[in-house]
Parts: sequence; structure tokens; C-alpha cells
Amino acid sequence: MHEVSYQPDTPYGMDRWMSRLRQCGSAGGALLALTVMCLVFALSTDTFLEVANLKNVAMQSTILLLVALPMTLIIMTEGLDLSIGAVLTLANVVLAMVAVSTGGIGLAFLAALAVGAAFGLLNGALVARLGIPPFVATLGTLGVAQGLALVATDGQSVVGIPDSLQFFYGGTWLGVPVPIWIAVVAYLVFHFVLYRTRFGAYIFALGGNREALTLAGVRARWYLVAVYVIGGVMAGVAALLLTSRISSGHPTAALGMEFDAIAAVAVGGTSFEKGKGWLLGTLFGVLSVGVLRNGLNLLGVSSAVQVSAIGLLVIAALMLDVLRGKHQ
Amino acid sequence: MFCEESINEYGLPVFRMSFYLARYRDYFMNTTVKPSTLSSSAATVRSSTDLWNALPDAVRSVVLRLLVLGFLCFVLSLASDAFLTATNIVNVLRQAALLFLLASGVTLVVLTAGLDLSVGANVALSACLAATLLKSTGSIALTVSVGLGCGLLIGIVNGLLVAVVRIPPFIATYGMLWILHGITYWFMNGETIHGFPPAFRALGSGYYWGIPVPVFFMLIFLLAGVLFAQRTRWGQEIYAVGANPEAARLSGVPVKNRLILVYAVSGAMAGLASLIFLARLNSAEGDIGESLTLPAIAAVLIGGASLFGGVGSVFGTLIGALMLTLVLNGMNLLNIDASWQPVVTGVIVVLAVFLDKLTRKGDVR
Repeated sequence: MHEVSYQPDTPYGMDRWMSRLRQCGSAGGALLALTVMCLVFALSTDTFLEVANLKNVAMQSTILLLVALPMTLIIMTEGLDLSIGAVLTLANVVLAMVAVSTGGIGLAFLAALAVGAAFGLLNGALVARLGIPPFVATLGTLGVAQGLALVATDGQSVVGIPDSLQFFYGGTWLGVPVPIWIAVVAYLVFHFVLYRTRFGAYIFALGGNREALTLAGVRARWYLVAVYVIGGVMAGVAALLLTSRISSGHPTAALGMEFDAIAAVAVGGTSFEKGKGWLLGTLFGVLSVGVLRNGLNLLGVSSAVQVSAIGLLVIAALMLDVLRGKHQ
Repeated sequence: MFCEESINEYGLPVFRMSFYLARYRDYFMNTTVKPSTLSSSAATVRSSTDLWNALPDAVRSVVLRLLVLGFLCFVLSLASDAFLTATNIVNVLRQAALLFLLASGVTLVVLTAGLDLSVGANVALSACLAATLLKSTGSIALTVSVGLGCGLLIGIVNGLLVAVVRIPPFIATYGMLWILHGITYWFMNGETIHGFPPAFRALGSGYYWGIPVPVFFMLIFLLAGVLFAQRTRWGQEIYAVGANPEAARLSGVPVKNRLILVYAVSGAMAGLASLIFLARLNSAEGDIGESLTLPAIAAVLIGGASLFGGVGSVFGTLIGALMLTLVLNGMNLLNIDASWQPVVTGVIVVLAVFLDKLTRKGDVR
């Protein structure tokens, strides 16, 4: 017969080990992970520390940063957007198709933004208006976006992109690559919005205390929808860089990128359950994922196995997150 | 008595908590069950018009879904001549059987307010391991036990991550999905293994009395699943954990053990499904189970299980699996491009969760 206890669990067995581990949790996890990985790869490969390679890491991280930034906001609202990779893929395909048929970039970019915004709105409506749990709603829209990308292209690559599109990934301005400029601007905008505006404060409240936000007369649902729309729009922006990078539209171009983004956010120390976020952490997280992928590439590890390593990184980061949460 | 106490103490909705906790506590206290305790909802029936509303939510949702299933069959038989043929129905049943085996394990996880996103990747790794072993040793017993064991082990790791480390279930199993994905690709190294002995292939493509072997598995695990969830103490404890983990813990349910149990069962069922899938396809490559995750979760949610836990049944999941298979089969018969299948599945998932939310009236959540 079990004893009915009204007291909190006292640590025993596995819990005792967990409570010991708990004391190792530290706030600078992302920076620590980044430093350790840089050290490991610098020691284990010859080419990692070369300027060209480091520039490569930075360039490749820009696309991920563009989707990881809104993902941070979404996760801060206790949400999740599993569809962001598929939406990015669909936007990539649409951008490529419009660019090929009209020859102009402006209209193509607008179309990509529109696709992103539409899916963001759909996600937001499903989550905020209909109250469907975010991971299921966005799992559903993932299927929709992925399927539409396949249907639109018939499974083939879209080729024949105008050369002027190359500028957005391959070009430089004032000696610095254009994608870096775009990423820096995006980061600064997100930083300003999150920490310096009322909307940013609402985002913190949406995750931390939505009830209080609603009681204070704020239309919490509309702001939640807005957060998902931002996610979709940023997927559209990222599509510009992605299309420029691969010079084509491909129906599986960015499938799975949502996991890299979620990993970056998790490594960056943003909590999945308490509305606590750290935008600078996400930047470190993005660089960690970028360095991990790049280093494993240099070591000759295949792309699929890199995903495994990122999975382990996520689990480790979340363990730390949980431990930290208990410690405080 | 227990019903009222649980309402006052925890302030919880009548149907869910009182129904499950009263039953659970009766098991727990080893006392005989008073009829009045169990049929408290039926006692409120005043006239025959109230009967429908007085039915427990669980019964109502199953009846509704059976009606939708019947309607779906009716529409499909009108839309396509090929639908109501013996070959097609056997085909539908065989596809639904695989989906059900995978989804029945996920159902238990969803009952605890969790989610197992790793089942598809689990199928992939288990199938590839089993295939390699079958090819190199030829021993079916060894293959089956390794396939099941691999699935079970992955499930236990999921359970530990969720119950002991307390990582939110969907993100823990999502991370696991990608870890398994990478391991499978690394293990297979781009190769394809095909051509298995007929004795093994019978597991997926064999017939007994004109009925596919997987359908027998489906019936066995339907019976086992329903009995386990509804008629055993562990099963009822799983419902209690999902309905209110805190209340369950205070009532003496070993919450952690039950959580580990459901993820382990989900993993083992994925291992079983991987063997049947392998036997049917007669080949294995790295991406073998990827397309199964979304349909499996869809089947559970269409079947009426609530993502908030404590609501749903294994039988409902069977209906969900049949519905989804019928829709996809209908699209096949009507010559709709297969690329539309994830679109339709995605829409169905969202619709199912939304409708479930609408029909679950009086629920505070």
C-alpha cells in the first residue's frame, strides 16, 4: 500500500543525482558551449581557425539567425513553430518561381514575404484564436507547407534564377558580405523591439503571465498572432538569402531547419516553459550550431549525423535549463 | 463521495476527474465498487431526450467518430467503383493495421498529456538494425527481439528524459527524433538492404484465411490495449496522471514510473511496427519510417485523444487510423497526386484538434 504524502518529493535515487548535477548548471551555457566547441575543433582540425573558414561559418549562420530570432520570441510565449523550415522552403520555391517567370527580384521577394506572412497568420490564428497547442498546429502547417512546395515544383528544382539575386548572399557592401549586414540589422531590430518597446514587454508577459496581461486590458491574442506572423515574415526574408545561396528553388531546401533554429534557441538559454528569453543567447546558440556543423563537416561527418549531434546538444541544453529552473 | 471530494478539493471538472479518480481510488483502496459511485452520471438522466447529453464524453465521442467513419465509407463508395472491392478493403485494413500499431502506443503517451514525436525515427532505426541482423544471421527470432528491444530502449530513454529529467515531452522526443535520424543514416551509410526470407516477410504480407497477418496483430493489440487502459490499475493510473498529475501524485500514483511506462510501451510498439513495415516493404533504407510520424499522431488526435491528457481511448485511435487510411486511400483511388498527402494529413490534424476542442463543452481548458 502506498503512503499518501502531502509533502514535496524528497530526493532519492535518480533524483539525488539530478540534484547534484543541478549545482553545475550555469547561466552562460551558450557561451560555454561555443567556447568548448571552438577549442575542440581548433585542436582537432587544421583548417577551422583559418579566416576563410570562420567567415564561412558566419555567412552560413546568417540564414539560421534570421529564423532563430523570431523562434526565440515564439518560444518565449510558450509556443513553438515547427513549420518555419517548411515555410522557408515554400517561400524559397515561390521566390524562385516568380523570379524565373518575371525576371524581377522585387515582386519575387514580395511573394516570398506574402507566403511567409500567410503561414504566420495561419499559425497565429490556430494557436491564439482557436487555442490549438502550438506544436500540433505548426506540425499540421508543416505538412501543408511541405506538401505545397512539392506540389508546386512537382518535386523538381526551379532553376534559371536571375543573376542579380546572387548579390544578397555573394555580394559585399563596404567590404562586409551582404548577408552579414542583413543579419546584423535583423538582430538589432529584434533587440530593440524586444527590450525597448511595449510590444517586447508584452512578449515577455505572454509567456510569463498571460492571465495578468489579459486582465490588464491588453489584447494578448492579437499580440500572440503578431509573434507568429513575424516568424513567417522572417522565413520570407531568410528565403531571399537561401535562394541567393543555392541559386535555385528546391522543394526540400530547408526542411528540418526548424530544428536547427529550435536548437539555437534552446542552447541560447531561452526557456520552453517560463517565458524567459535571452536574445544574445540565441545569437550564441546560432553560432554554436554553425560551429558544430562546420567543425563536423571539416571532420568529414555527414550532414545527417550532424543533426544527431545537434539533437544531443539540444537535450543537454534542456537538461541544463531544467536544472537551472529548479535551482532558482 | 469520492467524486464530490475531488471536485471540492481540486476544483476540477466533473466528468473527467470524478469518473477516473473514483474508479482509480476504488482499485487503490481495494474496496468493492458501489454501483452508485460508478454510474453517477447515468443517474442524472431524466428523459430519453437527455440520454445523448448524459452519455459520458468518451462514449459520445466514439459514437460520433463511428458515424463519420460510416459517412466516409459511403462517400468513397459513391466516388469510386474500386473502393468497395475485396482487394481494396483488405489493402485499407492492412495499411490501417500498421498505423494503428504505431498510434496505439502514442495514444498512451497522449493520455498522460505528453507526445511522442520520435516514433517515426524509432521505426527507421529499429527496422534498419533488424534488417541488417536478418541479412547477416538469417535468424528471425533474433531479428524480432532486436527490433522490439531497440524500440523499447529508445522508448525508455524518452521516458527518462520526460519523467526524471523533466524536459517537456514534445521537445524531448523531438530532439530524440533527430538524434535517431542521424544514427540511422550513419548506420546505413546510404545503402539499401532488401530481400528477406519468406518466413519473415509473412509477418507483413502474409495471409491467414484471406486476412492479412498485420490485421491479426491489430486485433490482438486492440484487445490488449483496451483491456490494459480500461480494466487494469496501471491503465487507470495513466488516465489519472494525464487528468491531473498533482492529484494523481497525492493519491499515491507513482507518476514517474507510469510516465516511463507509457514511453516504453510507445517505443516497443514502434519496434513492432518497424518489423511489420520491414516485412511488407521487403527492403530497408535510412528514410524508411520518416513519413509515419505525422500520420501516427494524426490517428491519435482524430481518434479523440486530448493533448491536455486524461481523455482518449485505444479504440478511438483505431477509428482514427481507419479514417486517415480511408482518406489517403480515397485520394489514391481518385488519382490525386501523392504530394498532397502531407497537406491533407496536416489539415486533418489541425481540424481534429479544433473539433475536439469545440465538442468538449464545459471543459475549463
